[in-house]
Amino acid sequence: MSEIAEKKLRMAAIRKKRHRAETRFRLFGMAAVSVGLIFLAVLFAVVLFSGLSAFKQTVIHLDIPVEASGDNYQAMVKLSLRNAFQDVTSRRHKRELYALVSSGAAYQLKDRVQAAPVLRGTMVSIWVTASADVDMAIKGETPRLTDRQLAWVDDLKTKERLKTQFNWRFFTGGDSREPELAGIAVATLGSLFSVFVCLALSFPLGVLTAVYLEEFAPRTRWTDFIEVNINNLAAVPSIVFGLLGLAVFLNAFGLPRSAPLVGGMVLALMTLPTIIITGRAALKAVPPSIREAALAVGASPLQAVFHHVLPLAMPGVLTGTIIGTARALGETAPLLMIGMVAFVVDLPETILSPATALPVQVFLWADSPERGFEERTIAAILILLLFTCLMNLTAVLLRKKYEIRW
Amino acid sequence: MFTLKRPLAFAALALIAMTGLAEARDQIKIVGSSTVYPFATVVAEKFGKSTAFKTPVVESTGSGGGLKLFCAGVGDRHPDIANASRRIKKSEVERCAQNGITDIIEVKVGYDGIVLANSKKTNVLSLSLKDVYLALAKDVPAGAGKTTPNPYKTWKDVNASLPATKIEVLGPPPTSGTRDAFVELAMEGGCKTFGWIKALKKKDTKAYKALCHTIREDGAFIEAGENDNLIVKKLDANPKAFGIFGYSFLDQNAERVQGSIINGNSPTFENISDGKYPVSRPLFFYVKKDHIGKIPGIKEYMAEFTSDKAWGVEGYLADKGLIPMSESERAKWNGKVKTLANLNM
Repeated sequence: MSEIAEKKLRMAAIRKKRHRAETRFRLFGMAAVSVGLIFLAVLFAVVLFSGLSAFKQTVIHLDIPVEASGDNYQAMVKLSLRNAFQDVTSRRHKRELYALVSSGAAYQLKDRVQAAPVLRGTMVSIWVTASADVDMAIKGETPRLTDRQLAWVDDLKTKERLKTQFNWRFFTGGDSREPELAGIAVATLGSLFSVFVCLALSFPLGVLTAVYLEEFAPRTRWTDFIEVNINNLAAVPSIVFGLLGLAVFLNAFGLPRSAPLVGGMVLALMTLPTIIITGRAALKAVPPSIREAALAVGASPLQAVFHHVLPLAMPGVLTGTIIGTARALGETAPLLMIGMVAFVVDLPETILSPATALPVQVFLWADSPERGFEERTIAAILILLLFTCLMNLTAVLLRKKYEIRW
Repeated sequence: MFTLKRPLAFAALALIAMTGLAEARDQIKIVGSSTVYPFATVVAEKFGKSTAFKTPVVESTGSGGGLKLFCAGVGDRHPDIANASRRIKKSEVERCAQNGITDIIEVKVGYDGIVLANSKKTNVLSLSLKDVYLALAKDVPAGAGKTTPNPYKTWKDVNASLPATKIEVLGPPPTSGTRDAFVELAMEGGCKTFGWIKALKKKDTKAYKALCHTIREDGAFIEAGENDNLIVKKLDANPKAFGIFGYSFLDQNAERVQGSIINGNSPTFENISDGKYPVSRPLFFYVKKDHIGKIPGIKEYMAEFTSDKAWGVEGYLADKGLIPMSESERAKWNGKVKTLANLNM
């Protein structure tokens, strides 16, 4: 009797210990997940907090006397500033005064006057972009302005000639060396072009390869060899693909540098293994009964695959493609080698015109000495994150909508 | 139902687009030094906005990488202009000549200073080049002809007049032009102050270079990557540390960091342009003469770069941190640009 009771007690102790071990494991798991979530939340909070200000831009209202003839718009802008602050006389003070507005102001005026030549010889009232230094001061950064300039800015503010507005130029402009004029249009277009080329090349190639390897290829030593190599390619660092692109596409084929076409081709090389691997997994997941049923009613193997198996595997294939492309969208290293890390101002017209890409723009701005680029870098990161999130969301939705569970 | 027709059509379109390659390039392509990049891009932008030409594309590849691309050949596929933070080397000129580029126009644009800066929260340091060398070299001289691994832990160990703070310097990696220039100008400058080392240069150049150009690897010098902004931020967070970067970053972050005085001269605009500040280097760009007339706008771009409103004392490049040349030097180089004079080694 006592022996049995003792045994029961011992068993209970062991059970308790095992339960404790499980509770501990669950707690560790929860702790790990919450630490990850906290880091993610902090990252997003920091990025949002310090990047959102870039979507606002300070502008200054000027009354500019436009000459009846002549095209020195810079001088007209300067004259209007002198008119607004007539007590400024010394050369140094004038330079400080001119530094309040962006060097882009003259081009804003030029565009306005050239669009409406009737304005010649009249007083044009226009909101021009303030310089980055003024912008940073308004946004509460430690200003690089002198006390005199700060007094002028305060004066403009009290006269309601200075305000902040939504920064359209950030979305429509190309790169610039003046933070207040810099935009991400070239980078966005370049990224879109590259991703388009990447998809156009890697999707058909990848899917067809997956179909052939999975459905038709005989299992020989050769196909095993190819399979191992495809798996290896998926793990190759992206810079290697950049070097390959430089050697093959630029040097051997003679394609132009800095072109989204070449960028897309390099990214396609990088995405191909991902598409092939996920494509094969998706094809494998289609039950053999579908294939056998198609063959049983007299379909050829080709018909069985393209009419029945592939459409059913498509949601999985697309998910893999989108995730692979989203990764390609965030790549900088391979683009470095083929000259897409460049200063490009003009919007690309075709896939052969020079362009940059979003992650490259982030890299370039993070490296610029001007303080105004700090917030713009983060804003560009936000846009890049938005694009990747959208693509991943599409993948999730596609899977939800079309996925069939057997 | 999904079909493959559309993606295939896209691929076909891409291939058709590729056939349009024969079209001639109508946009200037510039490659080269990351130090000249901030200046070349400003000129390119102004040039693009104020003329009918397209804005040149500027790539930051480093001086060596840029000149390699530049010298690869003549024609649309090769860049028209290479920026460099040092003069073109003889080997590079020969390489160019091998590939059919015999006519190169050299343009010196101004100077760049390299500063040793720390946070404004502490005092400005006054150093000699010898102090810099002793603080950062891997091996330091110990009596005539002998060396020892760098024993100095604090600045006070190097020079009794300096504070007793730990030596902690953040600088660029060996791939950087800034690092090359710092090593050549500051380290070697301090190294040469030892008589026997100077004598060594003639006897054994290799040993001389190894002694003067090798930076310590025991943690006192920290490679902080090519990003100078990052160095400035780290200095702000750690007032005991020093950082090595270009003058333009000091200029843009003057309220956060200050440059140390070297050999009695602080890194100011005037001191660098007078040549008093010892750690400064000239900046250049090189133009392929064969491309002038074929690629539109090269002459005009050169004219914009060498105009007084750009590279002058009050020009917009000076606002970006370029140290202008003296008036006579500017006139000399301007003349070379106007006559398209060939490079003379």
